[in-house]
Amino acid sequence: MAQLVATLASTHHPFYLKATTLPPEQQMPQAAEWKRKVEAYRETLARTKPDVLVMIGSDHFHQIFLDNCPQFLIGKAPRYDAIFYNEEREFGIPKYVLEGDEAMSGFMHQHLMDQNFDFAFSNELKIDHSIICPIITVRPQNDLPVVPIYTNIFAPPLASPRRFYNLGRAIRKAIDAYPSEKRVAAIGTGHLSLELGGPRQFMETGPDPEFDHRAIEWLRNGDIDAILDNVDHASMAKSGNATHGFLNFILMLGVAGPEGADYVDNLDLFHTMEAYFTWYPKESAA
Amino acid sequence: MSKYYVNKFLFTVDRDPDYLRRYTEDPRNFVATWEQSIGPRLNDAEMSTVHSFTEAEREALINHDYVALFEMGAHFFLNLTIFIGIYDEIFMTKSGPLAFQKEFALKLQSWKGKDYPSVAT
Ligand SMILES: [Fe+2]
Repeated sequence: MAQLVATLASTHHPFYLKATTLPPEQQMPQAAEWKRKVEAYRETLARTKPDVLVMIGSDHFHQIFLDNCPQFLIGKAPRYDAIFYNEEREFGIPKYVLEGDEAMSGFMHQHLMDQNFDFAFSNELKIDHSIICPIITVRPQNDLPVVPIYTNIFAPPLASPRRFYNLGRAIRKAIDAYPSEKRVAAIGTGHLSLELGGPRQFMETGPDPEFDHRAIEWLRNGDIDAILDNVDHASMAKSGNATHGFLNFILMLGVAGPEGADYVDNLDLFHTMEAYFTWYPKESAA
Repeated sequence: MSKYYVNKFLFTVDRDPDYLRRYTEDPRNFVATWEQSIGPRLNDAEMSTVHSFTEAEREALINHDYVALFEMGAHFFLNLTIFIGIYDEIFMTKSGPLAFQKEFALKLQSWKGKDYPSVAT
């Protein structure tokens, strides 16, 4: 059976590439520290020598729009183009092409259906920065095939925090059951407190630093009970109108299982708290 | 009211460099064109008869009025991204990085601490 070798959950910041590749004299003061932390985080993936990446992100109205809006979607294609014109324009991220793994996508799709997660699917999925940001940060050589999974964190009604956690558990089971010798890493990105297009955007800190610190502790300890006791859609909206990206962290904790993280780091950046977590499996999921 | 159609406007224009340029340069004319021949398109062959703007929605789009659009419940991500596309560089040249984003936030300060208008469609 396939082996899950690492679960990574982090924030994604579309300006990382631009911020760290400008001529040094134009870089923000924190750029060097940011780069150092990201490169250290990258090592937590590299040392596990993965063969394939299951990548969890959320389309930001690039391929998916309100005329046809799935809660959960899996890509099943031989490869994936990535990065749309308006992302290139705003963030300076270049185009990418990622190799797919159709066999693994197909297996996972069926396995998730069998676990009562009725996924939408796409045979022609162009992916956006929610999946390319972690390629840039943790696998910039872009040398591995991917199975992309999208969640809806943007267009209400959203699935509940518990549903996201259970989906993470189901993804873990699907990986563990995949008949292959491959080493699989699961990588997902989301947000801590975040405001976009509202009165609390682009402040010195994220909109709710207290939430950010609590969230980091919950994830560090793998404390899903505390998360489910404290986080719902209304509480996330109070912490910032785009804080629902935290649901992807909850999903990734589901993939890892309710255990303490093996690697935790964070960086207080203008307008967001960046955070980086890695779990190494202690035992296969029940 | 059609939040969906306002979002469709923001979505279709932000993703297309030609539409975005026309909406930047002559918003009144472009909004009229969009309502006639871009908004109703479902695909290359099919047109939709379902949605239209209210007068207030049309005026907000013509005036690049992101405060009014926020208050109508336009999706925060679309409403921010398109106007960054239009204004970021102009503000940056004059007042430095994130100047437009900070002005955007400032104009919405009266919403701080309140429940924002719902973006559900
Ligand atoms: Fe994003």
